[in-house]
Amino acid sequence: MLIANGIEDEDKWLAEGIAGIQHSAFYLHRALDSNNLREALKYSAQLLSELRTSRLSPHKYYELYMRAFDELRRLEMFFKDENRHGCPVVDLYELVQHAGNILPRLYLLCTVGSIYIKSKETPAKDVLKDLVEMCRGVQHPIRGLFLRSYLAQISRDKLPDIASDYEGEGDTFMDAVEFVLQNFAEMNKLWVRMQHQGSLREKEKLDKERNELRDLVGKNLHVLSQIEGVDLDIYRDTVLPKVLEQVVNCKDELAQYYLMDCIIQVFPDEYHLQTLETLLGAFPQLQSAVDIKTVLSRLMERLSNYAASSPEVLPDFLQVEAFTKLSNAIGKVIEAQVDMPIVGAITLYVSLLTFTLHVHPDRLDYVDQVLGACVKKLSGKAKLQDSRATKQVVALLSTPLEKYNNIVTALTLSNYPRVMDHLDAATNKVMAIVIIQSIMKNNTCVSTSDKVEVLFELIKGLIKDMDGTSTDELDEEDFKEEQNSVARLMHMLYNDDPEEMLNIMNTVWKYIMAGGSKRLPFTVPPLVFSALKLVRRLHGQDGDVAGEEVPATPKKIFQLLNQIIEALSVVPAPELALRLYLQCAEAANDCDLEPVTYEFFTQAFVLYEEEVADSKAQVTAIHLIIGTLQRMNVFGVENRDTLTHKATGYSAKLLKKPDQCRAVYACSHLFWVDDQDGIKDGERVLLCLKRSLRIANAAQQMVNVTRGSSGPVTLFVEILNKYLYFFEKGSPQITTAAIQGLIELIKTEMQSDSSTSNPASDAFFASTLRYIQFQKQKGGAMGEKYDPIKL
Amino acid sequence: MVLVLALGDLHVPHRAADLPPKFKSMLVPGKIQHVICTGNLCVKEVHDYLKTVCPDLHIALGEYDEETRYPETKTLTIGQFKLGVGHGHQVIPWGDLDSLAMLQRQLDVDILVTGHTHQFTAYKHEAGVVINPGSATGSYSSINYDVNPSFVLMDIDGLRVVVYVYELIDGEVKVDKIDFKKTTASST
Repeated sequence: MLIANGIEDEDKWLAEGIAGIQHSAFYLHRALDSNNLREALKYSAQLLSELRTSRLSPHKYYELYMRAFDELRRLEMFFKDENRHGCPVVDLYELVQHAGNILPRLYLLCTVGSIYIKSKETPAKDVLKDLVEMCRGVQHPIRGLFLRSYLAQISRDKLPDIASDYEGEGDTFMDAVEFVLQNFAEMNKLWVRMQHQGSLREKEKLDKERNELRDLVGKNLHVLSQIEGVDLDIYRDTVLPKVLEQVVNCKDELAQYYLMDCIIQVFPDEYHLQTLETLLGAFPQLQSAVDIKTVLSRLMERLSNYAASSPEVLPDFLQVEAFTKLSNAIGKVIEAQVDMPIVGAITLYVSLLTFTLHVHPDRLDYVDQVLGACVKKLSGKAKLQDSRATKQVVALLSTPLEKYNNIVTALTLSNYPRVMDHLDAATNKVMAIVIIQSIMKNNTCVSTSDKVEVLFELIKGLIKDMDGTSTDELDEEDFKEEQNSVARLMHMLYNDDPEEMLNIMNTVWKYIMAGGSKRLPFTVPPLVFSALKLVRRLHGQDGDVAGEEVPATPKKIFQLLNQIIEALSVVPAPELALRLYLQCAEAANDCDLEPVTYEFFTQAFVLYEEEVADSKAQVTAIHLIIGTLQRMNVFGVENRDTLTHKATGYSAKLLKKPDQCRAVYACSHLFWVDDQDGIKDGERVLLCLKRSLRIANAAQQMVNVTRGSSGPVTLFVEILNKYLYFFEKGSPQITTAAIQGLIELIKTEMQSDSSTSNPASDAFFASTLRYIQFQKQKGGAMGEKYDPIKL
Repeated sequence: MVLVLALGDLHVPHRAADLPPKFKSMLVPGKIQHVICTGNLCVKEVHDYLKTVCPDLHIALGEYDEETRYPETKTLTIGQFKLGVGHGHQVIPWGDLDSLAMLQRQLDVDILVTGHTHQFTAYKHEAGVVINPGSATGSYSSINYDVNPSFVLMDIDGLRVVVYVYELIDGEVKVDKIDFKKTTASST
């Protein structure tokens, strides 16, 4: 209630003040129009009296001030034109000092002073000095600040700077500098004094009001930076020391924070670089509550950008030993501020690291040093819990990755993994993903097993369960994504040299084998295919040197592969393992290693027998086995017979009759391979086809019995197509009579009473007949072959 | 003019990290009306990516696919053409064109799209066309040694289809095309 009243009251007072100004302004204008100096002075003084109020907050006072300011501009024009009032400026300067109250008196004095300087009847510096001293008469913070701000505003374009109108005998830019410095110092004192004005309860309100005024104080620094005469030397020898003196001595944390930041933002980066020691030296002298780390960070940011935009100044950075100075300064700050939360320290290191990467990207030792300092700060404490701190650590670790675009560089930083060790498990994983993404994005190849080792140490959070976590806690989607990232990563690990490639694979295996049953299905396949690619490369090379012990041979790789695929049994993942064994079998076949190939088939069959129970999975699995076996050319008769016998046997034992039928006729291809020395056993082909026909018949009968109608003739049509296939290949056991018989059988089945029409099988049969017709019409040998078949 | 993208056997992430960047930049969303995929993506991320290229996505089940609910074969009609897609590991001998022709007759389609061999082929016979778009990532195959990343774009216009094959050879995308014309319109 009270506060609301307060605001309402303020608005009322402001309105009253404005009304007062408007009232006086009316009479002032009349006086100006009639060139009446005496009246003008009277009413302007009256007008300015409104500014004597102590009841307004800075925000509202500003509004009042602006009204007065506008009126003073009119007055200034009047003063300037001596013809209108007949009073020489030097007399005017004297006259206005008769005003009753000090505040109006000083506003008028500044206004006349401005004209006085313009007239050049006296050196600018004299007037300026007089004014800046006289303003001491107003010690009320808000009133004083606005008054001095007015002084700064109107003097702005009249400072005796190099090549300005006001430079002259005894009037140099140093006088301008002194003037501004003095005004600044006084304004700062007033500003600082504000904090003692209210009670402790009102501190928050007071701080807010003080913040509203800070730009008035800071403006002076801006003006200083604009003075042409202030070059690096003047800045270093005069301006900076004096300003810092003010900042340090005022012992006010609000002022110190703002002003340090102001200095950094307002003066050129080149100056900061050259005065780094002085600037940094001020920090430890500041009040302990000042947020130094933010200011330091901003300083480093500016310097980083400076280096980035002007590469030609990089040698200067080295010359002034910027890195060392900053590094030491940060160390001192962290040491001094024992209560600084960990996020603060890390933020500082992030800024320093960004700075280092911009300015000294080739100095990996500097980068490592920053990381090392961070490690030191983090050690001895429990793993980071604060999410802001962990975010900063992730930023710290990500920055080198982004800069170097090459994980291999980051891998050489000895402190990099140490920093990661201090992250909690979840963040560790986040970082690991960042690393992997960096590699994938930049298409970086990691080419030695040592580097792979370092890399996998970094991402170990993804590869195995870290202490205190288990994969059960993870969201399944997230987990899959993680593991797929690791899988993708494995395609980036490569070396042309087979021996090194084998080392890499052994290293990878070492890490992923401990991943546990949930991870292996994701991580094993890519490793297996990497290995198979290596095998292919090896047997593509012209034979090994006889007698020499070659470290990387297909045999050795197959041994490793066996180990790897075997590990899937703990998951268990029999279907995947079966597929991988078959892949290995094909590769071994191409290397002409009959025993190895046979062994892989054995493993596949064992899995089929013992582990693949689902009927649908069995169908797919048996087709994969048949398809693979069909392509094998390494086997001698005995081995081949054993395996084909097994394959056909299992095909006939599938659960559903149609599946049996299809698998069995697929087996027919095991006995006919089109290559020049491939097997071409027409008898066994026919045996398979006949067997599948029997099964198809049995299937039809079953449908008859169970559903009272005959099933689709699709299976028969399929078998017919197979007959045609081998017929065309020239298998003598496939006769036109047999084909004819099959065609009749299908027709009969389709026309029988109990048949239900099935459009799909009808269409299939139709297109098969069309095919036969087409072949007949081809003429030549094929036409002759088909001639006996009547449609 | 209807554009149909046919691709498959990406084997992400088992055998390849991702589609080649040059392919990805060509497959701009909104340009293609249908996507036919022969299978072996193998993970959901690839499915999601293909969906962004074109929402009308037809996938056949490959033996390594994570999503086991894709159908073994699928048929669809686009314009005057009936298309069929299957992965191809079920058709033995693998890659045998006569055996594939049988599947084509069985599905009663003009254009059959299968994969598994990672080898681009386009085989025309009296009943239609058998197309294998190869492996879009150029991934390892036990069947085919020399695998270049490839995919197929079919431009179906009335009774004619132009089959463009895009192959990434030594870092450059090479295009070839083959024309097919149907003799009669599809019967109902």
